[in-house]
Amino acid sequence: MDTAFSNEDLKFQSDVREFISNNYPKELKDSIGTKRKTGKELSRDDLMSWHKILGKHNGWSAPGWPKQYGGAEFSPTQKYIFEQECARAECQYIMPFGVNMVGPVIYTFGNDEQKAKHLPGILSGDVFWCQGYSEPGSGSDLASLKTSAVKEGDHYIVNGQKTWTTLAQHADWIFCLVRTNPDAEKPQQGISFLLIDMKTPGITVRPIKLMDGSHEVNETWFDNVKVPVENLIGQENMGWTYAKFLLAHERSGIAGVARSKKALERIKQIASAEMSYGEPLIQDPAFKSKIANAELELNSLEYTELRTLAKDSAGKGPGPESSLLKIKGTDIQQMVTELAMEAVGYYANPHLGTTLSNEYVGPDYATNLSGSYFNFRKASIYGGSNEIQRNIIAKMVLGL
Amino acid sequence: MNFDYTEEQTLLENMVTSFVRDDYDWDTRCSIVKTEEGWKEENWKKFAELGLLGVPFEEDHGGLGGEATDIMIVMEQFGKGLVVEPYMPSIILAGGLISKLGSADQKNSIIPEIISGNKRYVFAYAEPQSRFDLFDVKCSANLDGDNYIINGFKSVVFGAGMATHLIISARTEGDQRSKSGITLFLVDIKSDGITLQNYPTIDEYRASEVVIENLSVSKENILGELGNSYEAIEEQVDLSTIAICSEAVGILQVLKDSTNDYCKNRKQFGQPISANQAIQHRLVDMMIEYEQAKSILYMAITADLSNPNERRKAASAAKARIGKAIKFVGENAIQLHGGMGVVDEYMISHFFKRATMIGILFGNVDFHMKRYIDLTQSDIQSINEDDGINLS
Repeated sequence: MDTAFSNEDLKFQSDVREFISNNYPKELKDSIGTKRKTGKELSRDDLMSWHKILGKHNGWSAPGWPKQYGGAEFSPTQKYIFEQECARAECQYIMPFGVNMVGPVIYTFGNDEQKAKHLPGILSGDVFWCQGYSEPGSGSDLASLKTSAVKEGDHYIVNGQKTWTTLAQHADWIFCLVRTNPDAEKPQQGISFLLIDMKTPGITVRPIKLMDGSHEVNETWFDNVKVPVENLIGQENMGWTYAKFLLAHERSGIAGVARSKKALERIKQIASAEMSYGEPLIQDPAFKSKIANAELELNSLEYTELRTLAKDSAGKGPGPESSLLKIKGTDIQQMVTELAMEAVGYYANPHLGTTLSNEYVGPDYATNLSGSYFNFRKASIYGGSNEIQRNIIAKMVLGL
Repeated sequence: MNFDYTEEQTLLENMVTSFVRDDYDWDTRCSIVKTEEGWKEENWKKFAELGLLGVPFEEDHGGLGGEATDIMIVMEQFGKGLVVEPYMPSIILAGGLISKLGSADQKNSIIPEIISGNKRYVFAYAEPQSRFDLFDVKCSANLDGDNYIINGFKSVVFGAGMATHLIISARTEGDQRSKSGITLFLVDIKSDGITLQNYPTIDEYRASEVVIENLSVSKENILGELGNSYEAIEEQVDLSTIAICSEAVGILQVLKDSTNDYCKNRKQFGQPISANQAIQHRLVDMMIEYEQAKSILYMAITADLSNPNERRKAASAAKARIGKAIKFVGENAIQLHGGMGVVDEYMISHFFKRATMIGILFGNVDFHMKRYIDLTQSDIQSINEDDGINLS
C-alpha cells in the first residue's frame, strides 16, 4: 500500500500548479468573483474561457481522452491531482457536456467523419454542448422517452420536448436520445442517439427558473426539426447502449471531493469571522462538531475515490462503484452548502442580484450561500437520483 | 499510488484466513468461549508457529518487522472469525510498549519470549475514574529503598487472565491528571500484591479487575524512563486503536455480507425479503458505510504515523468514523435478521456485540470526535493565514 505520490506525480503536480498560476486569467477570477459576490449569473465567456486556455495546452481540457483524439490521457492519479489543483486554485469548472459526456461517446461509437467534425470543437471549447436526455414524463425512467425521430429520405424529423437541459441557452449543439422505433418489444430497444445543431429551425429553448432564482436549466422543444442522418451515432435503435456508457462516464468524477474540501476550508474561514456567543463561530462546540463530521465523511470518500482510481489504473474501469461516489459525493455537497448557509446566520436571508435589489448588504462572503443550499438540492436528484443509484448498487453490486 | 499488498502480505493474509477458516470455525469458537479459561492456549502456540506473534516486532529480536498494513491484515481476518485470543492486548499494545520503551536488555530477554508464545504481557492502564483519559492515573508507586511499592486498582484489563505478566501504569509524581509522572512497571502476574477478578465480557472475551496492594517492584523492572511514559502510552494506544479499527472492518464485512445473504434467502409473502426496495436500500447503505469505514482505515494506515500529530489525527478520525459505521451496520444487521438477529444461538448477534464493544475500546465516537476537533484547531489557524481565499 502506498498513497504517496511518485516523483513523477509530484513533478506533474507542480507543473499543473505552475500552469494554473501563470495562465488562469486574473480578469476571469475577478469577473467570476464579482458575480459571485453580487449574485449575478455567469456568461458563456466566464464558463468557457478557462476551457479554451486548457484546450491549447496538451489536451488538458480533456484529461481522460486518449491522445489520439487530442486528449491529455492522464493516468487516474494525474486526473486526481489535476482536479485537486484546479479546485485548490478555485478555477472555473470545465463544462461536462462536451468533454465528459458526448465526447467519449463520439470517439467510442462515432464514425470518422463525426470524430473529425465534433471532437476538435469540444476539445478547444469553441463549441458548447448540452444534454437532451430527460423529458417531462421521463426522469428516472429514462427509457420511457417519447421524443420521436422519423426517417424521411436523408433526414430524421424530430418532434417532442426535452427538459432540464442545463445551460441550453448557451449551447451550439445538443445530443439527444430519440425514439426511432415506437413498436420495439422493450422501450430500451427503440432509442437512437442523435447530434442536433441548436440553430436548426424548429428548436425552441425556454428557461426554467430554479428555486434560488437561477437560470441554469431549460425546456427544449422540437417541432419538425430536420436532422441529417449522418448525425446518428452508431446504429439506429442502439442508442440505449451509448446512453448507459455515457451515464457511467458522467458519474466518474461526480464525487467532487476536491471542490467540497475547498468549500469546507471556506466555511471554516467564514466561521472564524462570524461571531456566536461572543466568540468566533468556529469555537462553538456544536458547529465545530458539524464541521468535523463533514470532514470525516470527506476523508472517507476521498479514500473511496482513491481506491476506485487505483482499480481504474489496474485497468478495471469505473464500475457500479461510481454510484457510491455519486451518493456520498452529493450527500457531502449538500452537507457543505447547508453548513455555509448556517454559518452566516441572518445574512442567509437577503436575495441579491435580482431586478428588485440593486443594493448589496451584509458581508460579501454571505452572498448567495442560501441560494447555493437551495440550488444544491438538485445534486441528489440529477445524474440518476440517489434512489436510482441505490437500485443500481442493489442489482449490480449486491446481486439483490 | 496503490492499495495492493506485497507478496509477503498476501501470504500473511492467506495464512490468517486459512487459520480462521480451518481452526476457528463458528462451532469451535463457540466451544472456546464456553471454557473456564475463555481461550485456547493451543491456538497461541499455533500463532507462534505461524510467526503471527512476531508480526510487529523488529527483525533483530526475531520478529517480522511488520508495519501498520501487516497488523491490519492480521486483525481484519481475526475480526472475521471473532478470534478471542488476546492478540491485540498482548502483541500490539503491550508488545508495542516494550518495543518502544524497553532497554536493550529488556528487549533481548522479553521479546523473543513473547514471539515464542511463552510469555504474554498485557497492559493495565484504565482505572474506574479515568474513562478514556490515559493520563488519569491514581495508582501510585512510591520508592522504598530499591523497590517501588505500588497501590491501586485497574479496570477492565483485557486478557489479564491469560497473561503471564502485566505492564502497570502508576504515578510516581504529579497530580492524578498530570501527563508527567506516569511510570510503567513490568511485573509477573503471580506476584504477591496482585489480585485478579476475572470475568467474561458481553461479547465473550475475557477481562479482569486488577487490585494492586503493596506490590513491590524492583527499579530494574521500570519500562522506559521514570515518570515519562505518557507519550509512549498515547502512541501505542493510537496504534492499537488503528488495529482494532481493522478488526472492526473485518467484522463489518461479515455483518454486511451475512445480512445480504440472509435477506436473499429469507422468504415472506412468497418472495425473498431482498425483493423489497426498503430492504435493498438499507443493504446498500450498509455497504456504503462499510466501504467508507474501510476507506478511512486505509487513510489511517497510509498516514505518516511517525509524525505524532498525524498519528493522533489518523487514529481519532478512523475510530470516530468507524464507530459510526459500527452502529449503522451493526444495528441494521440485527434489524434485517428479524427474530434471528436477537437470539444468542445465531452468529450475527455475536458479531454485533463484538463490534459494539470495539466501538467503546480506547474511546467512543464522542471521545474521538472531540479529540479530532481539538487536534484540527491548529489547521484552522493555518487556513486563516493562507491568503488563498479572499474574505474581504
